[in-house]
Amino acid sequence: MTEHYVVTIDQGTTSTRCIVFDSRGRLVSLAQHEHKQYFPKPGWVEHDAAEIWRNVERLAPEALRRAGITASQVAALGIANQRETTLLWDRDTGNPVGHAIVWQDTRTDSLVRSLSEAEGADQVVQDSALPMATYFSGPRVRWMLDHHPELRARAERGEILFGTMETWLIWKLTGGLHVTDVTNASRTMLLDIHTLDWSPAALAFFGIPRAMLPEVRPSVGVFGTAVAAFPGVRIGAALGDQQAALFGQTCFAPGEAKCTYGTGSFLLLNTGAELVRSTHGLLTTVAYQMAGGPAAYALEGSIAITGSLVQWFRDQLELIASAPEIETLARTVADNGGCYIVPAFSGLYAPYWRSEARGVIVGLTSYITKGHLARAVLEATAWQTREVVDAMNADSGLDLTTLRVDGGMTADNLLMQFIADVLDVPVVRPLAIETVSLGAAYAAGLAVGYWPDLEGLRQNWHRAAQWLPTMDPAVRAAEYGNWRRAVERTFDWTRPA
Amino acid sequence: MPGTVQSIERAAAVLRLLSGGSGRLPLGEIARSLDLAKGTTHGILRTLQHVGFVEQDSVSGYYRLGPALRDLGTNYLDVNELRSRSINWADPLAARSGEAVRIGTVRAGQVLIVHHVFRPDDTFQTLDVGTMLPLHATALGKVLVAYRAAAVGPPRQLDRFTRRTILTPRALAAELHRVHEAGWAADIEEMTPGIAAVAAPIRGYGGLVVGALGISGLVERICDSHYHPHQHLVAYVRDAARAISQDLGAARR
Ligand SMILES: Nc1ncnc2c1ncn2[C@@H]1O[C@H](COP(=O)(O)OP(=O)(O)OP(=O)(O)O)[C@@H](O)[C@H]1O
Ligand SMILES: [Mg+2]
Repeated sequence: MTEHYVVTIDQGTTSTRCIVFDSRGRLVSLAQHEHKQYFPKPGWVEHDAAEIWRNVERLAPEALRRAGITASQVAALGIANQRETTLLWDRDTGNPVGHAIVWQDTRTDSLVRSLSEAEGADQVVQDSALPMATYFSGPRVRWMLDHHPELRARAERGEILFGTMETWLIWKLTGGLHVTDVTNASRTMLLDIHTLDWSPAALAFFGIPRAMLPEVRPSVGVFGTAVAAFPGVRIGAALGDQQAALFGQTCFAPGEAKCTYGTGSFLLLNTGAELVRSTHGLLTTVAYQMAGGPAAYALEGSIAITGSLVQWFRDQLELIASAPEIETLARTVADNGGCYIVPAFSGLYAPYWRSEARGVIVGLTSYITKGHLARAVLEATAWQTREVVDAMNADSGLDLTTLRVDGGMTADNLLMQFIADVLDVPVVRPLAIETVSLGAAYAAGLAVGYWPDLEGLRQNWHRAAQWLPTMDPAVRAAEYGNWRRAVERTFDWTRPA
Repeated sequence: MPGTVQSIERAAAVLRLLSGGSGRLPLGEIARSLDLAKGTTHGILRTLQHVGFVEQDSVSGYYRLGPALRDLGTNYLDVNELRSRSINWADPLAARSGEAVRIGTVRAGQVLIVHHVFRPDDTFQTLDVGTMLPLHATALGKVLVAYRAAAVGPPRQLDRFTRRTILTPRALAAELHRVHEAGWAADIEEMTPGIAAVAAPIRGYGGLVVGALGISGLVERICDSHYHPHQHLVAYVRDAARAISQDLGAARR
């Protein structure tokens, strides 16, 4: 009997990965390609969606070749993607209208400021369970229609289509199916998170024509069959990357949580069928929905800049040649020397939601070396985690007892130890750091019956590493105090134009 | 007598040129000095840049000697980078073999553990990244010595850990020869009674061995009734090491 596999596309912020998994959820092969980041103005971040699609077309045969299999051995394709990144394209030509506007982009700053004071804003915030912020897709669509007035009439006729990245990929893969999944849709501010369909009130508020929106589908269920990249393969799932990682960590039960450390970092807590509203600066989001079933919800602590601070240290300051060398450099000193970096590059996300904040380096003295700066870079990720964990504990009324982690930064032992130290709980990494892809694989495999149920998938989860807290409580308290004072220094930096 | 390789001669000339004078030269001047076409010179510089022997100033575009030349004789690959680039393959190796996985490099005449994946049985285990182990009594160490990782030679002092530890230079030489022939190494109760291990080389550009990847566990799980490592376990280790090597052999970053 020939073996069958599940394949995934993880369309991320910096790169796209294609991974083949076997029936035990083990990685068989991986192909990855970075795409260009466009920074046309301060605060603007764009991607070329056509380039991303070309990468997918190249990665697909590459991943299969490396695994030594053919498309006929692929039981299902799962998709996970960077969320909130916003694209418009022409229905007839299939060509993108300009670049995609990336989730980190803050160009809608003043638009969001005026919208949040407009009538009806409260209703939108209520329906979407999201704060009015530049982070989400809805304001971006409005911005695009405002800045390209010629598009509006065409959008009303459904000739110009909107999509986040999974919608774009499914459109290209299937040759014209215009759909999204509930997890991605829940990041637009346009979805009514109770009905799981587009909110008429939100569409009216933002002035976005319904005709340009994709159909909202469950995350786990067959979307259609690919005609390109993986011809003949069924698309079994699509989820936002962070929701996919929650799934990949098998956090299927209420109370289970994970934090993924990539370009940004995202702590998600499964709250089950219950929709919990945060009073401490977290987001309410859809965790997943299986076809025919109810939605599972999650609370999310979103941190915009973590791994990308390491990238900045590498590419803009050129103090290291590769991201992992940050650990080597940080280990040349024993502590941060009194220096703190708060990377509010796109404002601050959870728990502050201050889009006017900008980054600071504080505590500089002539004693500070690049080793101290490297420490401060890594510590920034840990302290930001502490802030969202505090918020999560306050919202849920429960104390987190261990933190499940994944993502590229978990290869950094100094960082993982520091996170355990500042949270004062054990940090555990499972036997897979590509949990975004693994979650998309699990979801797609479930949809086509490749795996029977959620319980079976739990058997695949094993502890690969663990870091235990060792920090003196007095040191922890003092350092946290310093961090919070540093954060305050980022507020109110940019002024309304 | 085999002929000499022209491009290597030219590369040596480029390095000599950059090591003199101001130490910083533009492409055009390097090409003119050596009477080479600009395209050829650029190809040589790009290759030298890829292996770290030359670097290019991002502002002026001038070339100069790279940091890797100063560090010849140490491992060219940062240990934390080695971990990052191996992690995706070390995890499935632990899942397939059911055993703990470690990656080692050479540091101060010993094996330095740079990565450790727990045995996937969810029992309490402790990370031992940073631990040092002897070269002659471990599978990881034997691989590193056999392939002269970081230009290390056979250790002179052969301490005894168990009654099976290799104690003479002759026996060690024979064992290293066997490792070369086979392409992998084992240690069967040579470091710790009851524990056996299998390891294979991780190669970087040009085939240079930059580390060793291995599994270890109870001797009755690792070995068959003849006290030999199970062939399927050896195959898992070698496949994973090869997958990492392939990734490393490609672009440096
Ligand atoms: N050893 C390390 N120490 C610290 N940071 C690291 C290390 N290795 C990688 N990183 C950082 O982790 C990030 C890469 O992680 P990962 O591959 O999970 O992100 P990603 O999935 O590419 O992100 P995205 O999906 O947003 O594109 C990079 O930002 C990089 O700077
Ligand atoms: Mg990612």
